[in-house]
Amino acid sequence: MSTLYEEVRPSDGADDAVPVRRVELTVNGERRAADVEPRLLLAHLLRNGFRLTGTHTGCDTTNCGACTVLYDGVPVKSCTMFAVQADGHEVLTVEGLATASELHPIQEGFKDEHGLQCGFCTPGMMLAAKALLEENPNPSEDEIRWALSGNLCRCTGYQNIVKAVMWAAEKLGGSADDAGDDAGGES
Amino acid sequence: MALDEIKIGGLGASRRRVEDNRFIRGKGNYIDDIALPGMLHMEILRSPLAHARIRSIDVSAAWAIPGVRMVLTGDMLAARNLAWMPTLSYDTQAVLATDKVRFQGQEVACVVADDPYIAKDGCEAIVVDYEPLPPIVNPTQATAPGAPLIRDDKTGQDSNVVFDWEVGDREGTDRAFAQADVVSAIEMHYPRSHPSPIETCGSIADFNRATSKLTVYMTTQAPHIIRAAVALVAELPEHMIRIVSPDLGGGFGNKVPVYPGYVVSILASILLECPVKWIEDKSGNLISTGFGRDIYLKGEMALRNDGRILGVRMHTDSDHGAFFSDAQPSKFKIGLMHSAFSCYDIPAAHLTAQGVYTNKAPGGVAYRCSFRVTEAMYFQERMVQAAAADLGMDQAEFRRINLVRDDDFPHRTPWGFLTDSGQYGKCLDLGLEAIGYEDFLRQKEEARQRGRLLGIGISTMTEPLGAGNSREYDILGIKMFDSAELKVHMTGKALLRTGAKTQGQGHETTWAQIVAHELGIPAEDVLVEEGDTDTAPFGMGTYASRSTPVAGAAVAMVSRKIRAKARQIAAHLLEVSEEDVEWELGRFSVRGAPDRGVTIQECAIAAYSNMPDGMEPGLENNAYYDPPNLTWPFACYIATVEVDPETGVWDVLRVVAVDDCGVRINPMIVEGQIMGGLTEAYAMANMQFITFDEDGNCIGSNYMDYLLPTAWETPGFELHEVVTPCPHHPIGAKGIGECATVGGPAAFVNAVIDAIGDSGVRNIDMPLLPDRVYEAITGGHDISGAPPVKTE
Repeated sequence: MSTLYEEVRPSDGADDAVPVRRVELTVNGERRAADVEPRLLLAHLLRNGFRLTGTHTGCDTTNCGACTVLYDGVPVKSCTMFAVQADGHEVLTVEGLATASELHPIQEGFKDEHGLQCGFCTPGMMLAAKALLEENPNPSEDEIRWALSGNLCRCTGYQNIVKAVMWAAEKLGGSADDAGDDAGGES
Repeated sequence: MALDEIKIGGLGASRRRVEDNRFIRGKGNYIDDIALPGMLHMEILRSPLAHARIRSIDVSAAWAIPGVRMVLTGDMLAARNLAWMPTLSYDTQAVLATDKVRFQGQEVACVVADDPYIAKDGCEAIVVDYEPLPPIVNPTQATAPGAPLIRDDKTGQDSNVVFDWEVGDREGTDRAFAQADVVSAIEMHYPRSHPSPIETCGSIADFNRATSKLTVYMTTQAPHIIRAAVALVAELPEHMIRIVSPDLGGGFGNKVPVYPGYVVSILASILLECPVKWIEDKSGNLISTGFGRDIYLKGEMALRNDGRILGVRMHTDSDHGAFFSDAQPSKFKIGLMHSAFSCYDIPAAHLTAQGVYTNKAPGGVAYRCSFRVTEAMYFQERMVQAAAADLGMDQAEFRRINLVRDDDFPHRTPWGFLTDSGQYGKCLDLGLEAIGYEDFLRQKEEARQRGRLLGIGISTMTEPLGAGNSREYDILGIKMFDSAELKVHMTGKALLRTGAKTQGQGHETTWAQIVAHELGIPAEDVLVEEGDTDTAPFGMGTYASRSTPVAGAAVAMVSRKIRAKARQIAAHLLEVSEEDVEWELGRFSVRGAPDRGVTIQECAIAAYSNMPDGMEPGLENNAYYDPPNLTWPFACYIATVEVDPETGVWDVLRVVAVDDCGVRINPMIVEGQIMGGLTEAYAMANMQFITFDEDGNCIGSNYMDYLLPTAWETPGFELHEVVTPCPHHPIGAKGIGECATVGGPAAFVNAVIDAIGDSGVRNIDMPLLPDRVYEAITGGHDISGAPPVKTE
């Protein structure tokens, strides 16, 4: 039977071959607890244990960044962290970006600048962007491209994603460098 | 007062996307987000070897793991006549291997368990005893005398050749070559690549014993084809099968074929009578599912000294892997390879093609492409550049001389396609002006004198998008039309469903814009649904840029049927004859008395409350659209690069794209498609490929080896447009989703070859890795990228 994530440890009297551990963490401002196998990945606790399915898993090798969440404010790839490592920490997922009444400017920027197509990489992109803008409210295009270089996108091609982050930076009060359509990345 | 079409989100409005509202909140509904009560999880055990006979499979240790509910092997499937399944190209493919494995990563066994971790534990506990066989990784090996027979399962198959095929005018082409002043020849390999949507494939099969209904949630671009395939493979009645394609995390052709994981999850659900979920991991996706490309070209052009192309010969050798499971029209064995050179006025052409089996994953899918069109246009534009160089002509001028002129349409291409519209010369000129062609040539020359290598690459092409027509295009005999169903509710709001399936292209936004354009119903009042075979009208799905050309046309046509009925209702409401009713966007009025009118919304309520005597109530209809021809967008892509002669590293300086895709429904989305396509073009030119070593090991089966460009490497793109409406499409639109992927790679490669032109190098196979470029510069010879590669 599955012991990956149980709110309450089932006591069916069977010999417990699989150890579990209680983790308590704050997810999107709310305290959550679960009993998990030590091998359970944070991404899977969020997705399957807490049903926060906006955190996507795309690659299994820490490359694609679709699973990016903020861990005590720092972007991490939640497919490469164990859930037990998050014990006592704060996690922000895409579901925590908007308030009940309004979208986060990064979300608005992605929509307004057509910064997404299939939407699969988008949650990770937005959280990586959020971490950037908190550290650097007024990033250059190159700084945005560098900050997002741990996140892969196959549909959109980055140009509009960069513009989306600039849109958000402006909305949040920074004054981003001019979002020239023709500027490249590294050259 | 007519409505403002842009304000209601009609044609030409850069309407912000409806689907984004859920995606930006993390509330999409992708396959792995779906959880059904009592659902079990399936994992696949894959072959570590490329070619090996299976001596035995011991699954006892897997069964012993607590939480394992079922272990499936090829023998279990064979007992149910399910070990093999038909492919989309009239071949068969192993579901789970029985006799031998034929590529690394092939599906050998499946474990169903309470959670995916236990299922993986189960796979690791299975012991398979393999007897290794010699692997084959390229066409030369496949056709060598004494080559091991890969498909010994097939009666009558005595070689590794899948097909020999030819098209065109052999004698006429021979005559053209006999008259040539110059013959330009080139050879190259378009490497194996993988569409690699970030989301992998997956399915949740849910068989309900009580109702005998099978529901399958599945990552598919073509749910209705899948329904038919499941009915045939699993011998289930088609009306008791429901395929639901949820939000797709990208497709790019990867989610067209039927994969073993889907089939086994369905069988497991039927046997276990509970929902069974299979979510492929990234390695499984890259190592086993539909790849693209992997074709070798030998090309020749017959040229006159004045620059005219007299004829073209092409021979392709295509590597299809272990099973011929290309997803393509049944008439054309190497897809639409013979659409090459459609934008040039060439009297004669001949193509021969051979396809072979190898010990590699099957596929040959149209990766962001229409059935081998990407390879066709790449070969075309590389041959064109080589020919211009051989004649000592400017590459832009050589194109201008040979491009089909505006007054030559309709134009019959050398291989028989009919192109119908375009302004090719205008697009080329616009591109050259935007890049500052003459200036750049001067800069290039100055740089050369200082030892710096600058280069400029051009790629001009038209491509056939939007299969069918049904006369020529079918998949397994099913004609390639598409469909739309429109239900206008009594309050004037509407529900639109089509047989297409969006994967990021934004159908939920753009289809509503076509309805707004045709009926004046604001786009925000039109709900678009796709992907559920129980509700959507039958259609062939979304790939090969066929949504707008075919399903989009069906949306316009069904809207016109609704408008025709609404006109009758309007005449009744206005108490005039139908001939006296005039239409302006969203409103009917009385001829000569424009103040007397009724809106489309007023007609809608009347359809349910006050219809004319004898009229069928309601305002609903459907349309099945069989296009008279393909659509032919044109593009001119120009890239400038600088190559570092010390390292072989090349940097993109600028990229200019001029696209003519006819009328643009939503310019913002069209530009998004072009930028995405250019990124994939850059990826293929620069880094993205899958290769194999001598043992048949797949190199590129994860994102550490299969390199995709990030925001950091990807250059910026400068977009320009020309609009030549499609003469046969109801709203004048042409396909656009793949143009940049198709035409883009040659622009980058031509630019690098141009930069190192002094070295005498004609070709470097993609991707243009620094070591390949460096070796070409220093060695002064062409670089082949064909497998096998040597590994340490």
